[in-house]
Amino acid sequence: MAGLHQPGDTVLHRLPVGAKVLGLALLSLAIVLVRDVRAAPVFLAVTLLLAALARVPLRSVWRAARGVLLVAVVASVFQWWWYGAEKAVETFLDLLSLGLAALALTATTSVNEMVDALSRWARPLRVLGVDPDRVALTVALTIGALPGTIAIARETRDAARARGLDRNPRAYLSPFVIRVVARAHESGDALQARGIGD
Amino acid sequence: MPTIELDAAAVRVPLPGRGEREILAPTTLTLTERRIGVIGANGSGKSTLARLLNGLVRPSSGRVTVEDRDVVRDGAAVRRLVGFCFTDPAAQLVMPTCVEDIELSLRRTVKDGATRRERALAVLAANGLADHAHDSVHSLSGGQRQLLALSGVLALEPAIVVADEPTTLLDRANTRRVGDTLLGLEQQLVLVTHDLDLAARCDRVIVVDDARVVADGTPADSIAHYTGLVDR
Repeated sequence: MAGLHQPGDTVLHRLPVGAKVLGLALLSLAIVLVRDVRAAPVFLAVTLLLAALARVPLRSVWRAARGVLLVAVVASVFQWWWYGAEKAVETFLDLLSLGLAALALTATTSVNEMVDALSRWARPLRVLGVDPDRVALTVALTIGALPGTIAIARETRDAARARGLDRNPRAYLSPFVIRVVARAHESGDALQARGIGD
Repeated sequence: MPTIELDAAAVRVPLPGRGEREILAPTTLTLTERRIGVIGANGSGKSTLARLLNGLVRPSSGRVTVEDRDVVRDGAAVRRLVGFCFTDPAAQLVMPTCVEDIELSLRRTVKDGATRRERALAVLAANGLADHAHDSVHSLSGGQRQLLALSGVLALEPAIVVADEPTTLLDRANTRRVGDTLLGLEQQLVLVTHDLDLAARCDRVIVVDDARVVADGTPADSIAHYTGLVDR
């Protein structure tokens, strides 16, 4: 969802968001609960098929896999050490499958579709005084804030480095925190100015 | 053109332990021109003046009305009338892709998802961003990002657009592009800017210095007053 959404007209694009989320939940549960090394390649094949069905570009697949890969390698090494090779292979493949399954959802679902679905699902909570649109917007903002926060982290670190202060965590942590809070205020102003949440 | 009125509107902030500081002295203005420029030094109170116009900043005393609606009491209605464009577009773009950000603006007015997408794409096309509809907002250039932020504001069809230094972060070509777009709007425009070329193209220019309006008149007179302040 965080910028990974690829517009398209595949079966997965047209499926309702609810079905996709439920499908992802069930598939993820199956991947985690089925403790058999022979099942792991099958799950990986299924998720690769899903990604192909969604026409996710190879570049995105690689980017997503790279993110999971590091965690998967570290986890597998420990598994190897504690439980042996079989368990390690299963863990490695399962983690990749989970990453790909999530990618198939994010690539075929725009944030707005997700927000609409969330606000529909949150509607019953209205009796408890919860504003469904507010819930959905909060989720969207959280996702949207990630790239911006990473950019600020990079800038403040570079600024500290330019002054030769890269060994001093205070030199980049304090401006980082201050700028994130300032950004939050600006975003709040912008949302208010756009009449969102009025 | 709509009417914006400031009636002795002032903004003060409390200082810890030492009373308060005046950010904007009591100001009385009636704005009815199509294009109004606001110029002045950094920290002079220009942004505060701009933010008063849509209730982002509340007057500590006095009142501000837009088309006879009080910005404090009737905030939501005023914000539907007044679109606001910020200096840093990154802060106001909240969705990952361009078309989604425009859709966010349209959420309240267009309930149906497919219609909303269609309208959002039309808004992007009208502002020369059709090719970037599905691009990440972070992949755009500074000028494109400001145009996108402006598109998000215009999508709501406000009667008034207030822009707070919209070209300060932009290069010359993009300044001209964003400036042309803003000055060419049918809507009433309040443009806070350091770009005196843009200010010169307004119908009326207000100079703010040290928390008060010190000149108000034709672009030529006001700009001469401002440059006089700097050269003094």
